[in-house]
Amino acid sequence: MSGTTKLRRYHAAVWDEPLVLEMGAPGRRGQHYGAPSDGIRAAVGDPAALIPAAMRRAAPPALPEISEPDVLRHYLHLAQETLGMMGISLFGTCTMKYNPRLGEALAVDPRFAELHPLQHEDTLQGVLEIVWRFDQVLRALSGMDQYVFQAGGGAAAAYTHVCVTRAWLAARGELGKRNQIITSIQSHPCNPATAAAAGFEVVTLMLDEKGYPSLDALKAAVSDRTAALMINNPDDMGLYNPHIAEWVRIVHEAGGLCFYDHANFNGVMSKIRAADLGFDACMFMLHKTFGVSKGGGGPAVGAYGCREHLVPYLPGPLVAKEGERYALRSPGPHSAGKVREYLGNVQQVLKAYVWARGMGLEGIREASDMSVILNNYMEKELLKIRGVTRSHPGVDGWRMEMTRFSLEQLYQDTGVSVFDVQNRMVDFGIDAFWLAHEPWVVPHPFTPEAGEMWSKEDVDYWIAVLKQISDEAYTNPEIVRTAPHNQAVKKLRGESLDDPANWAMTWRAYRRKRAARAG
Amino acid sequence: MSRAHPWMPNSTPEARAQLLRHLGVSSSEELFAQIPAEHRARGFEGMPPAITAEHELARHVGDILARNEDPTKVLSFLGGGLWRHHVPAVCDELVRRTEFTTNVWGTPSSDHGRNQVWFEFQSQLGELLDLELVGLPVYSWGTAIGNALRMAARMTGRRTVLVPHCMDPDRRGVVANFCEPEGTGTHLRVVEVAADAAGRLDLGDLRAKLSADVAAVYFENPAYLGAIETGAAEIARLARAAGAETIAGVDPVSLGVLAPPSAYGADIAVGSTQPLGVHVACGGGVGGFISSRDEPRYAKEYPTLLLSATETVAGELAYSLALFHQSSYGSREDGKDWTGNSTYLYTVANAAYMALLGPQGFRELGETIVARARYAATLLAAVPGVAVVNGDACFKEFVVDFAGTGKTVAAIDAALRARGIHGGVDLSKAFPELGQRALYCVTELHTEADLRRLAAALTEVCAR
Repeated sequence: MSGTTKLRRYHAAVWDEPLVLEMGAPGRRGQHYGAPSDGIRAAVGDPAALIPAAMRRAAPPALPEISEPDVLRHYLHLAQETLGMMGISLFGTCTMKYNPRLGEALAVDPRFAELHPLQHEDTLQGVLEIVWRFDQVLRALSGMDQYVFQAGGGAAAAYTHVCVTRAWLAARGELGKRNQIITSIQSHPCNPATAAAAGFEVVTLMLDEKGYPSLDALKAAVSDRTAALMINNPDDMGLYNPHIAEWVRIVHEAGGLCFYDHANFNGVMSKIRAADLGFDACMFMLHKTFGVSKGGGGPAVGAYGCREHLVPYLPGPLVAKEGERYALRSPGPHSAGKVREYLGNVQQVLKAYVWARGMGLEGIREASDMSVILNNYMEKELLKIRGVTRSHPGVDGWRMEMTRFSLEQLYQDTGVSVFDVQNRMVDFGIDAFWLAHEPWVVPHPFTPEAGEMWSKEDVDYWIAVLKQISDEAYTNPEIVRTAPHNQAVKKLRGESLDDPANWAMTWRAYRRKRAARAG
Repeated sequence: MSRAHPWMPNSTPEARAQLLRHLGVSSSEELFAQIPAEHRARGFEGMPPAITAEHELARHVGDILARNEDPTKVLSFLGGGLWRHHVPAVCDELVRRTEFTTNVWGTPSSDHGRNQVWFEFQSQLGELLDLELVGLPVYSWGTAIGNALRMAARMTGRRTVLVPHCMDPDRRGVVANFCEPEGTGTHLRVVEVAADAAGRLDLGDLRAKLSADVAAVYFENPAYLGAIETGAAEIARLARAAGAETIAGVDPVSLGVLAPPSAYGADIAVGSTQPLGVHVACGGGVGGFISSRDEPRYAKEYPTLLLSATETVAGELAYSLALFHQSSYGSREDGKDWTGNSTYLYTVANAAYMALLGPQGFRELGETIVARARYAATLLAAVPGVAVVNGDACFKEFVVDFAGTGKTVAAIDAALRARGIHGGVDLSKAFPELGQRALYCVTELHTEADLRRLAAALTEVCAR
């Protein structure tokens, strides 16, 4: 099907854009500030003299001096040297979605953007209503009883869960006794990392031949020290653990809580509900499944939801509807406190609400179906490409919305690595695919996720490009190994950035270290 | 679907049928065979109906948002760590660019423009702070403090941290979460240091609380209650003498006129990125930074992702992550703390903001803010019954004491609201010992007429 797809003559914009710190000229200005009025000056005197001498800045910061249009054009050039979703990005586990521009536009309306969270709640009724309404949407989709949006991302929602677990244990007098959190080697690194940061021991279950940990492994791991299970399902390999309800029962019997990391919700939304499976709590990433823009890494929202029995331990405040009015309420004395300031990234909740209403249950069903249909379509086509295999070849059947592939065969045959292939794909206007979280359970992994926003033509183009690169690898591997060729800059030289002599997180450090090296 | 959905190109019956035919199945249901039947959801009660027409959805959401009071028609003095400053129009355009909003993780070449923005954010913020190492941003100022305290604890092997008693309750709540509770293996004991009358750290109390178990002393400049921390150098000296790290929380827009944290000996600087060109967005504008000297001792404890400059095979300047394996992405539970999606998009606004202002803009901004704030303090001090606690020591926020009016801050705020004014942050709940006091914030957005209007309204309200 993809054999007839014509490859685009793509080339990235190349501006050879200087660093902003090297631009401009002395005396140029990009922004003026109004001087204090005569009345203010008459009352307070010389503004410069108002700062105590010892606390006054001695030398001005070495920032550039640039006119406004030049700042604008500089950053527009940098925007053009960023591929983003201008091309095709099937970055697996992140669920690349269309971000409805209506939500983006509403969120920057000054009537929203200029609101302060410490205003009296009477003046924030619209925001509180949006939060409350979106909470209702997530309750319907998950069966949970309350959501909180304070977490600024998925990892922060995992952290929210370990904080809620601590508060729950403390209220039961079990803090310090139940000190283990169980997860799997295929869970996102944020699950074990937040558990450890909150003071828990991490118990990591390995996978059996079916691609998920066995029931026996779980039974051996639970004990009276089990505080919680933190697990995703399906995993990033597209495998759904059919015993997950039994897992929940086993952990509950041992006295622990069960947290469903719904990072991979796209394929199962409208198909399952975390609460129906017995989970106590779950998390959705609004910047993944719910159509909110990713921004290169936030601002994001990890929407954390739980059943009634955990509501008292949530971070606060919570939004409640009281008659026709919306109010901010504290969860009470056992609350986990605050994982971040204020209510959360409410502008992203607004965007997610726009997405959810624009989709409705029917649209969400369609998206779930299409994400799984397209993934399996891709899998069938990709496995025809020389050098491509999939994880767990012995596990038959359709995968969910993602499949974990491997380029190990390609590497063995040609010496072309998965990184080389990434670098070559961007030459065709296709942004890098996701490889796999650490640790890799298959060599040279790659994990595309088709989702629902890409047309079949886009997916065919993606497949055709990988086919082209495989052909190149077997006939002219040098072109792949030296890629990219059509980008703003070439591939990295690859020096170690773990070496203090090399790393440079600021221009000042870079110049100092390069001078020392030259010198 | 009866009509193809506008956001889903394959939602035509023909496209679906073609794909299913290719897979050799008659229905999408067959593809979900992995999910046991008993796992399937039975219903979705409470799910509101779809509104697929954009004009109808815009009206629906617009009607809800109209239930907020219109903030553009209100004179607000709220701050407390999240401040309304002017956001240059250039920042607004750039932060909405599709390339930046839709970006995730590409290659060093396909992300080159974005990476350069990140590096320019780190580099310019480093110039403002006079520090050579700046990490990619974290969620908020509060989480930056929490991360920095934990860095200091790992560096020193000590388990007590000192923080100001007078600290924003939201930030303080986040710090508590990062350090407590007792009974867990990562617990850090948080000890509060008292404030003097203006809200600066009480140096006597600091001396008394410094011990061989103190990993870090955290303070803010300006202090939460608004005063410029004139004791900053002494705080850092005392902390260093006790073997503790000094962590300063600073307001970046103050740094055109106020000494950078390096000047008074801070080891680590943290703060909010929001004032640098980001709208408050009802709290959604927050972002945090962590910065320090460029020494391996510090660098190797950063939990954030760190973007470094490097070169390509052709010698071009390019960017890549440094010390990735110490992050939780690289090492799971063995990583330094944890990280994840953060507030990286705002670096676009932050970088453009710093480039637009330059050294002259930051100086002008700082001077006009401090002049306006001092003027406001003078006006309010003249209102009968009202006292200003630290007006002559402030940068942009100061404490107003309403004890002499016999009224509560809540009652005064309600009366101000009726006059289209939002009074400052009510301190009486978080700091009952301070009585009926509020924290007023004045920025470049407030004109002399605005400040006179506030004083007149307060005169009227307090007299009743």
